[in-house]
Amino acid sequence: MSVFKRSPWIIHYDASSCNGCDIEVLACLTPLYDLERFGIINTGNPKHADIFLVTGGVNSRNEAVVRNIYSQMPDPKVVVAVGICAINGNFFAECYNIRGGIDKVIPVDVYVPGCAARPESIIDGVVQALEILERKRTEFERYRPARVVNGSHESL
Amino acid sequence: MIHILLGVLYLVLAPVIGGLLDGVDRKLTARMQRRIGPPILQPFYDVAKLIKKQNIVTNRLQNPFIISHLVFAAFTGFLFFEGTDILLIVFVLTVSSIFLILAAYSSNSPYSYLGAERELLLTMAYEPMVLVALVGFFKVAHSFHFYSIVTSGKPMLLYLPGIFLGIFFILGIKLRKSPFDISYSHHAHQELVKGITTDFTGKTLAMQEIAHWYETVYILGFVYIFFSFTPVLGVVLTLFVYFLEVVIDNVTARLKWEIILKSTWVVTFVFGFLNLIPFYLVTVR
Repeated sequence: MSVFKRSPWIIHYDASSCNGCDIEVLACLTPLYDLERFGIINTGNPKHADIFLVTGGVNSRNEAVVRNIYSQMPDPKVVVAVGICAINGNFFAECYNIRGGIDKVIPVDVYVPGCAARPESIIDGVVQALEILERKRTEFERYRPARVVNGSHESL
Repeated sequence: MIHILLGVLYLVLAPVIGGLLDGVDRKLTARMQRRIGPPILQPFYDVAKLIKKQNIVTNRLQNPFIISHLVFAAFTGFLFFEGTDILLIVFVLTVSSIFLILAAYSSNSPYSYLGAERELLLTMAYEPMVLVALVGFFKVAHSFHFYSIVTSGKPMLLYLPGIFLGIFFILGIKLRKSPFDISYSHHAHQELVKGITTDFTGKTLAMQEIAHWYETVYILGFVYIFFSFTPVLGVVLTLFVYFLEVVIDNVTARLKWEIILKSTWVVTFVFGFLNLIPFYLVTVR
């Protein structure tokens, strides 16, 4: 098994969610579900993270934040949209300030439905994201990406 | 010659032992919180993954600083187990930690800055106690050399109980444990705790982690000096001290930096200096 599957680190961001899904995400860390037994850590720092867990439908205020966090994560990385709001905005979709889904802002790899998404389905989503992370890693190694220095790309 | 071999052995084995200790620590922590916890080899998986990740560098100086941090951390332990003057070793260790602080300062992130400032404060907090301990070792063993101290056969723990307590107090700072983990922590806290490593990615973070493993083993070697009069039991007792540190990590919350600085200095002056006074009145034979 690849090391990427053994140690996926997560960053969790609440993009105008009602907090229901966020509570379920944090429930995954409790002794009952214990995500750390898979080596999964909630880092709180985009530069250490491999998986971006986003909840909520993204409004015009935090759209830039979501983009910022995504761009700060080093490759390879995957995005998991947690909850129905993160998929299509759900009943907030018609609001004037709601973008209606994470994929309107950044590319999403795994969608976890539910209102709120159950911890079991969140863990399942993360495990599916690991497969995609593994695929992205092989692509990443094939194309030998440029190292980023001072925000601009330069070759190694 | 045998000592140089021991030093080289340290360079090879210390990351393995340090990583395993870290893994055991995480497992113990999980069990104490009634979780299953990650596998014992988890720290190695983490580092292997970090090496394969993309390296985002916010300042070109960052990597040279971190490489120096790693090299000096490894060099400290090498000198220690090779048996050089213990005074020199403490200065090399300080150089190593200063490079880590510089690496954090080289980034523009405010969190990184704050982490670096807190790390400087922690260095200020623990350094006096280490120096007092060195004086204590000299007063008892009449030597600054690691092997002379260890083979002197003097029960350091009985001669220097106050200094041992002081070293035990600051151990949490060097092992990055609660309640002193204000600049960086391994656990899933968030906010400022990722402080000093905020802008480290991929290989840079992996190097910092390996340097920490080197430091862990070296510091436990320092603790071992107190138990060196019974070599086998000494190793067991040193590991027990590490276990106590894990317990303390789990039952305490982070302190404010003012309290950390005041309490470590009070402990240094009360336990450290009081312990030294008798040695200036009576010479140990």
